[in-house]
Amino acid sequence: MQTATAPRAPIASGSSARIVGRTLGLGGRRGRRRKRWRPPKDGATFQAALDPRFATEIATEVEHGERLFTCIQCGTCSGACPLVGYMDHPPRRIIELVRAGARDEVLTSFTPWVCASCYACTVACPREIPITGIMHALRRRALAEGSYPSRFTNPVMMRELVGMAEARGRSTESLIALKAYLRTDPSQLWKHAATGLRLLRRGRMGFRPASMRDPSTLRRLLEAVGR
Amino acid sequence: MAEELIPDRPSPNGAPKIGVYVCHCGLNIAGTVDVHEVVRFASTLPYVTVAREYKFMCSDPGQELIEQDLREGLVDRVVVASCSPLMHEATFRQATGRGGTSPFHFQMASIRELVSWVTEDPEDATEKAKALVAAAVRRVALHEYLEPREAPVHPDVLVVGGGIAGIHAALTLADAGKHVYLVERESTIGGHMAKFDKTFPTLDCASCILTPKMSAVRAHPNITLWTYSDVVSVSGYTGDFTVRVRHRPRYVREDLCTGCLACIEACVHKQAKYPSEFDEGLGKRKPIYIPFPQATPPVVVVDPEACIWFKTGKCPRPCIEACERDAFDFEQTETEDEIKVGAIILATGFRTFDAGRIPEYGYGRYPNVYTSLEVERLLNSAGPTGGEVLLRDGTKPRTVGIIHCVGSRDVRFHAYCSKVCCMYSLKLAHMLRERTGAEVYNFYIDMRTPGKGYEEFYDKILREGAHLIRGRVAEVTDEATAPEEEGHLVIRAEDTLLGTVRRVPVDMVVLAVGMEPQPDAEDVRRLFNISCGGEGFFTERHPKLAPVSTFTDGVFLAGACQGPKDIPETVAQAGAAAAEALAMIDRGSVRLEANTAFVDEAACSGCKTCVGLCPFGAIEFDEERRKAAVNEVVCKGCGICVAACPSGAAQQHLFTDAQILAEIEGVLAYA
Amino acid sequence: MRYPYYPGCSVEGTGRAYEESLAAVLAALDVRLDELEDWNCCGASAADSIDEVRAIALAARNLVLAEAGAPGDEPVELLTPCAGCYRALLAAQHALEDGRRIGPRVARGLEAVGLRYERRVRVRHVLDVLVHGIGTERIAQAVTRPLTGLRVACYYGCLLVRPEARFDDRHDPTSMDRLMRAIGAEPIEWPMKTRCCGGSCYGADPFSGTTPQGALTLSHAILREAARRGADAVVTACPLCQFNLEAFQEQMTRHFGTTLDLTVGYVTQFVGLAIGLEERALGIHRMLRWRLPAGREPEAVASPSGRGREVRDG
Repeated sequence: MQTATAPRAPIASGSSARIVGRTLGLGGRRGRRRKRWRPPKDGATFQAALDPRFATEIATEVEHGERLFTCIQCGTCSGACPLVGYMDHPPRRIIELVRAGARDEVLTSFTPWVCASCYACTVACPREIPITGIMHALRRRALAEGSYPSRFTNPVMMRELVGMAEARGRSTESLIALKAYLRTDPSQLWKHAATGLRLLRRGRMGFRPASMRDPSTLRRLLEAVGR
Repeated sequence: MAEELIPDRPSPNGAPKIGVYVCHCGLNIAGTVDVHEVVRFASTLPYVTVAREYKFMCSDPGQELIEQDLREGLVDRVVVASCSPLMHEATFRQATGRGGTSPFHFQMASIRELVSWVTEDPEDATEKAKALVAAAVRRVALHEYLEPREAPVHPDVLVVGGGIAGIHAALTLADAGKHVYLVERESTIGGHMAKFDKTFPTLDCASCILTPKMSAVRAHPNITLWTYSDVVSVSGYTGDFTVRVRHRPRYVREDLCTGCLACIEACVHKQAKYPSEFDEGLGKRKPIYIPFPQATPPVVVVDPEACIWFKTGKCPRPCIEACERDAFDFEQTETEDEIKVGAIILATGFRTFDAGRIPEYGYGRYPNVYTSLEVERLLNSAGPTGGEVLLRDGTKPRTVGIIHCVGSRDVRFHAYCSKVCCMYSLKLAHMLRERTGAEVYNFYIDMRTPGKGYEEFYDKILREGAHLIRGRVAEVTDEATAPEEEGHLVIRAEDTLLGTVRRVPVDMVVLAVGMEPQPDAEDVRRLFNISCGGEGFFTERHPKLAPVSTFTDGVFLAGACQGPKDIPETVAQAGAAAAEALAMIDRGSVRLEANTAFVDEAACSGCKTCVGLCPFGAIEFDEERRKAAVNEVVCKGCGICVAACPSGAAQQHLFTDAQILAEIEGVLAYA
Repeated sequence: MRYPYYPGCSVEGTGRAYEESLAAVLAALDVRLDELEDWNCCGASAADSIDEVRAIALAARNLVLAEAGAPGDEPVELLTPCAGCYRALLAAQHALEDGRRIGPRVARGLEAVGLRYERRVRVRHVLDVLVHGIGTERIAQAVTRPLTGLRVACYYGCLLVRPEARFDDRHDPTSMDRLMRAIGAEPIEWPMKTRCCGGSCYGADPFSGTTPQGALTLSHAILREAARRGADAVVTACPLCQFNLEAFQEQMTRHFGTTLDLTVGYVTQFVGLAIGLEERALGIHRMLRWRLPAGREPEAVASPSGRGREVRDG
């Protein structure tokens, strides 16, 4: 669902008008101003596809999640979000989509995977809605369903880190990065090779998988906790 | 309809004839309690001669049932099983009185608040209702015949707070011929309104509409204006309050000073250097000052913490020389007055939210971030910049951002909406553009413009080209991510209607701070024996039907001290409070409770425990006979002496041991 | 003084110099670190995105370990250097103490393996302990080589001050600034103190393909602002923040055109230098770049916002 290729321009430059323009897909090289025609949206279809239980499902599995029903759509979360420019839906709209029950739209959105878990939104929200927690809940569902963006490193990195942590009791940064890049974008390995080597030489990176002395104590606990 | 069940039992001569009336209260009681069963049960109780049920006992026909039975001699004591004493004890006592017997031959059984509203199971509810009725019947059988007492209402009124609310209430009462004491803490009346430049939606000049009223207050023969004064203590009772008021020293005689301001000119401080409180710290004043030119009374004040004479004792004091009226008195001390009033109106106003509590908006960190009240002072022609809107470096802003809802609609600060900020922010948008030509951006969550002429005002501002962005501001920053942002403050907010985050570079940020209770609201409420709500505003008796009275008879509220509101609403409330106070005063008397204490001389051992305990000084002691006696005129029925008396000699009408025990027995017998 | 110590996985890898400098500084201040016996990975920010209950369990085990190492009734102050671990451990502490949903489930799991959380742990971050535990005064007294003239940008990052932490203001924290002043350095005023660096996206490309690099952009914005305001170095208190800000500066130059070569160090390294410890003991030889112009003032130009000094590029 990515928009047309945008050039690797310097950071958000220009007035609000230009930002709006670029977001809406206007502007580009040589002053060509053409939008791509999209198939029509139908209000009845949209309404019928909503899942009225979705919001409650999400609300009950996040601590203080029921506060999402008190959202007044003020947009402070989006305003505080450092990565909102990369999201297809800003955090505010994600909450509204969750509340409306637009399950498919939300679980296929890039937004939860762009989220850096910085909690700026959670701290900015005047209703104290646990927005980051809700993003994590959406990630869990997307992972479970397999509907996460395939070329993003984030979902793979998270799975790897937690897999390692649960199996060996420790996570090894270099191995996580390695596996993640191999699966999503091997060219990254090339791009970071030089830095990797410097880190290696300075003793800040190793490839030996870290491990607890006795991971079974952890494993037993996790088993008892279940899923 | 009414059902009567007259039991087949003759009443012994002299024994009480009790009528029990059980109310349905629509479905409020009848929906849970089996009213018919309660009536049947009541008819089996001793001394009950009549037991009836009715849909709404408090209505005219309902009360008529009681009165008729009394007139016809079927009953001489009344029990009503319905809501609560707070709701309708007075109503039914009056009905009982109209029926021809003592109004205190009445007892209420609360089967709504205490039963139907708190019990889910209908059987449990019915049983409990029966037990409470049995208790009331046993008790009322022992009630004495008491006459209602009236006490006179003192015709004077105290108004606390000299803002627009207090001013309007005082003038209304004074015009009605009542004597009013208007006590104001600051050295001038006028309140917050005196600080504003123009008011919405008419863009009337605030001073132009306020100062005539301020003058009228000063000139009115029926108003005693005490400024720079506080209420120190309040005692007494509705209709008869005793209030002590403290006057702080200005070091200038109010009766001599004409406000010519020559002393200020003459002061050894050639430059003003102390932050002016009236100008929200933006302007400067000297140790001797007047808050603003139209201050009422037009009397200067000396600040002893800044004045060199007070600090060091060494000053030639050219101010004394400059005063043609010889009005200075550096020896002045605090004085006190004790007054008696019948009614009190609290109009103590509000304070603005401290914007420093929200660091992400940059107040206190970036120099050109202002609060709305500070901007009012900039706009005001009598303000620190003579009405010019200037940044800290003296230049005019070319772009201004106004941030709505600062401190409001936020569970971390105040969950409520402060009601006035959208309107005043639109007003500031208009004023700032008019004054400076700047582009103005308003950042809001919802645009709240419900009053008369308010939506039209919103329309006007839209037509003028103000940029209204729907999105709560996340931060104000000086980080520049683009050349256009260099040297500016940047407001970052999502434009929710467009669905994109915007970074808007501005020169000046105005924070629309919300309204809060005064910082000493808790202390004030204790002084006057009223309550504060969860957010700290004074609590009205009923939010819909009694917005200007409190649960303390004789104490009324007006204005923002009761909750955030605009000027039209404030003035309306002030008029309402004045009217309710007037109603009390013109009636001339208040009905007092009959439950005063008395001493059974036979049992009194002369230990004098009660005498010192009485907070009203209502107990006299006869040294010769060594007996205590209660002065029933002064007694307020608090019950302290009754509880303290070791020999049980001190008792209370309507709360005798026998009555209370009878009630308990009634419950226990049938519970 | 001694503290039970939870190192976290990062200080064994990219954050090695952090642990080295921390150990050196604490030793010099007579504070002992007792590493938890066979601790496990806290799950960082990632675990909550896989399973929220197991995430708390992962971190919770370490709280129980901390209590086990300090038997008795007294509160147990568990020290951790990484902000990610700090958040995860605090989240577990709060969930077990007053969580309504997840905490009780985890407590039952602990019970099932014979463990019990006694509610004695108070998770504390290194910065909090340096400033409020050991105290800036004690550290100031130990200073022998004050970093006079060194302009530092104190970077707190996200998880140090939010969402669960309460030892400093969430929007305008000052503890690190006070610590830097105590060792003679000059913290600059800047708006990026708690701006996300993209750390949990591992710094590089969270999303490949054709979109611009989000995390790189965030880190770049932070460094650029520090440089504009004349900072000689950026001070951090989290291994992920430090790595993100330090490791990709060449890429930033290629991508954005700004020349950056800003020293990014751990708060413990700066404190260590000021109290007279050797660079090697503080792991400074492990850094990818380190250049402190102590004593040299950058060319001073008044910046338009009236704050800080601007450094001309090149």
